[in-house]
Amino acid sequence: MLTTALICLPLLGALSVFLLPAPGRWVGSLALFFSLAELALWISSLTRFDFGSAEIQFEQQHSWISDLGISYHVGLFGFSIWLVGLTAVVMTAAIAYGLWAGRERANAYYALMLFLMAAIVGVFTAQDLILFYVAYEAMMIPLYVLIGVWGGARRLQATFKFVAYTMAGSLLMFATIVVYGVSHGFDLATAQQSGSVWLFLGFAAAFAVKAPLFPLHGWLSDAYRESPPEVAALLSGVISKVAMFGFLRIALTQFPGPTHDLRALLLALSAVGLVYGSLLAFRAPDIRGVVAYSSLAQMSLIGLGVFAQNELSLSGSVLQMVNHGLVSAALFLLAGMIEIRTSTSTLSRLGGMSRGRPILASLIIATGVISLAVPGSNAFAGEFLILAGVFQRGWGWAIPGLVAMVLAAMYMLRLVSALLHREVGEAVPAKTPDLRLPEFCVIGALLACMLALSVWPAAISKHSFACLKQPAATTAGTSSQTRAQIGLACVPRASNSTGATTGAPK
Amino acid sequence: MIKTPAIDWLTLAPSLALLAATIASLMAAVLVPERWRKNVSWFFCLAGYASAFAAAAVLFERSPHARGVIANALFRDRYGALAAMIVSGVGLLTTLVYYGERSTVDRVGERFALLASAGGGMIFFAQSANLLTLFLGLEWLSISLYVLCAIERERPEAVEAGFKYLIVGGFSSAILVFGSAFVYGASGTLNLAQIAGKVPSGDLLLVTGLAMILVGFAFKASVAPFHAWTPDVYQGAATPVSGFMAGATKAVALVVALRVLTVSFPNQEHLWTGAAAVLAVASLLVGNLGALVQRDLKRMLAYSSISHAGFLLLAVTAASSLGTRALLYYLIPYGAASVGVFALVALHERELGEPATLDNLAGFGWRRPLNGIALWIFMLSFAGFPLTGGFVGKVYVFAAAYQAGWTWLLIVGAVATLVSLGYYLAVIRAIYMRPGPDEKIAAEEEPPLLDRMLSTAVFAAVVVTVGSFFAVQPLIDLAQHAASQLPL
Repeated sequence: MLTTALICLPLLGALSVFLLPAPGRWVGSLALFFSLAELALWISSLTRFDFGSAEIQFEQQHSWISDLGISYHVGLFGFSIWLVGLTAVVMTAAIAYGLWAGRERANAYYALMLFLMAAIVGVFTAQDLILFYVAYEAMMIPLYVLIGVWGGARRLQATFKFVAYTMAGSLLMFATIVVYGVSHGFDLATAQQSGSVWLFLGFAAAFAVKAPLFPLHGWLSDAYRESPPEVAALLSGVISKVAMFGFLRIALTQFPGPTHDLRALLLALSAVGLVYGSLLAFRAPDIRGVVAYSSLAQMSLIGLGVFAQNELSLSGSVLQMVNHGLVSAALFLLAGMIEIRTSTSTLSRLGGMSRGRPILASLIIATGVISLAVPGSNAFAGEFLILAGVFQRGWGWAIPGLVAMVLAAMYMLRLVSALLHREVGEAVPAKTPDLRLPEFCVIGALLACMLALSVWPAAISKHSFACLKQPAATTAGTSSQTRAQIGLACVPRASNSTGATTGAPK
Repeated sequence: MIKTPAIDWLTLAPSLALLAATIASLMAAVLVPERWRKNVSWFFCLAGYASAFAAAAVLFERSPHARGVIANALFRDRYGALAAMIVSGVGLLTTLVYYGERSTVDRVGERFALLASAGGGMIFFAQSANLLTLFLGLEWLSISLYVLCAIERERPEAVEAGFKYLIVGGFSSAILVFGSAFVYGASGTLNLAQIAGKVPSGDLLLVTGLAMILVGFAFKASVAPFHAWTPDVYQGAATPVSGFMAGATKAVALVVALRVLTVSFPNQEHLWTGAAAVLAVASLLVGNLGALVQRDLKRMLAYSSISHAGFLLLAVTAASSLGTRALLYYLIPYGAASVGVFALVALHERELGEPATLDNLAGFGWRRPLNGIALWIFMLSFAGFPLTGGFVGKVYVFAAAYQAGWTWLLIVGAVATLVSLGYYLAVIRAIYMRPGPDEKIAAEEEPPLLDRMLSTAVFAAVVVTVGSFFAVQPLIDLAQHAASQLPL
């Protein structure tokens, strides 16, 4: 019931925001109210969540297309509840930013944002493959319009690339889901595992485009540059996590064999993406470019953790997903705030913004320092766990990670100094104001979440995979022991025997 | 004295209702004074489709067992009844849209008479149980449509459309009837249900006849490579009529094709499934690539309907109960979205007084927010996005094709869907992302009264398109009942 409420509340919000006949500010406030309500609902579900249990919680199942064994089946796991929370936090910040920046055609804009939130929560809670795909594709509907209508000057090219890349992956996944579902069953809780490399690649392609993983990141720079800043924050903060969630929940869980066989390839792609993304971020000429490519690097790092697939790396990945979601959202929103003031994002025309603007300077430095994973920060905890796990898998894989940590310091410090230090840039008017109170509140709230996680990173890393804590002997049978070895014991299944019903039609 | 067979009136009721509506509309065109003529004949047409739908529903309910009636000339079964329901539903919405179409006064009654008559022919066609009634139904619906396309004879495009349709349609009917003659020659029977038992499966005459019948159906369903007439006819015909042809003619042609293939040619299944796969790939290729380069919306939708014929043929290639369910289910949101989208095109044309193109659609979504959302929903449904019935239709079609072993067709289908996004999203881009001319002026205009009918139709189409996504199982149950009566 609670999960359904988490999905339906934003939908209800979208409808009422769309129909409210009021000026933009009121519409935006109502949208903000709904997104805060979603956050409150998430907190209340968090307090009632039992992290000791490996079962799906707040589960609900309704028949939908019983003919094919497809049902409306939703629920939450340890790691998905954190990602739902990330969605609520980042979406609230994004809507608050939109409200502050003032968007034209407010009814449509906020309705689409809330619809997007419902779709993302739907992805994180879906326990049925078709439902998962429905939510996954439903994200594209508002995203396409949000970028295409409210985006920058080259928005139409950006949407074209974005759609072409992501839909190519998605439609491949769609065909794969149908094949997998007809032969193995659509319900993730009961579907049999599969050993087919082709099916695995069908899923992996969609998620690798969405994340993105090297070399499928071609859409990234245009989409992140041309989106409105708050949509870019959502894209890199939350929607890229959808892809990693997909790997975690579907690709790796349902395909243990192909994952094992292709692990070297996936790790290699992640490692290349990590170094390559960091180098591009170091060379990028604008703020958004730096953040966009650092996002590629960070997603590849998370990818390393997910594909290394042991207890340390998986817990670290989930923690790092939340960290990076918060950090990149804050950075994109800060980029938007600077763009509003200077109407440019190009680093060579910016600079010297720290003088007389202490709030802007402190927030940029704080976010930047957390982003480069300074010891003591939440990002450090996440990266450390990931690298420790990757080291266990094979020490060679940890080397790109270490290189990238140095590179991260380089590109982040370059960004900070290009913005704040050096002589005053030509695009920075002398009277450029410091951050206003609403802006401070938006970034401050995101920063507060990061600091809270810096103090207690174990809140996430120790509360994501309940069953990993249990010794393999207590979870029944040998099959779960194999799953524990590959780090998958977190996902319970009703039956894993080969004789299980497939749910295929007669 | 000729012995007359017992007549099952309920089986005939849907087509008879539409035939009665035809006659009443025609009479109204002559007898009713000029100022009432349009309303009266429109009402008869609407009433005809409504009662045909009701009669088809009753027929569905009361035909739990399939049987041939009236000397085995027609099938009384749920398969035919469901097809009749789809046709009358599409016809009902089309009648609403057609009300506001501009016309000269002296032919206003005839238009509605022809629309009702075409629907009656389709239902008769869908129920036909022997090769003669099959041909009769086909000609009945075709001749009505030929005239309906050309009835606005002041417009040269309409005459061109009607003429092209007549020639190509006549050609395809000739091929079909020629094929029927071969089949009759091989089997010695006209009865669809008895053909299979009379000849060995490899009989050359029978196989030739099968191929020719298949070609005849392919023409009607605008399946590539027999599609060449489609863009011209859809562009030239009155827009609501194009919607009717996309939603109903194609539906009934494919439904009857599947019935004839499964009932009469089960022994040649390996042949016709292969042929259907080839035709499906051709349609997906031609339809999607053709649509990609169109600027005129009606031509684009014509190519899109070719590509949908390809998707529907994927269900035919499965030759299974699941495939039949997929076909019947797919037609419901597809038919609704077709009528709806052509209604919106008609609305746009009436406002502008010129053909709708991607360029003059700019700003449509902001000028008319609700219609814009409706157009968005129809495009998403055509493209197979979730939250619309088009998505579930694709799931079913793909599942059926995979289950029957056509895995490579899934890849073709997925690629085709990707290409189709190019033109479906182009419409969304046009209506939302391109700056439109003076939004304020258009927004202040009161929508004229005749738009109310059209808006009702669009609303109903949206309800069906979105509703069929949520209420899948009830519709599938209907399709299941219908499919179980085919010998699969």
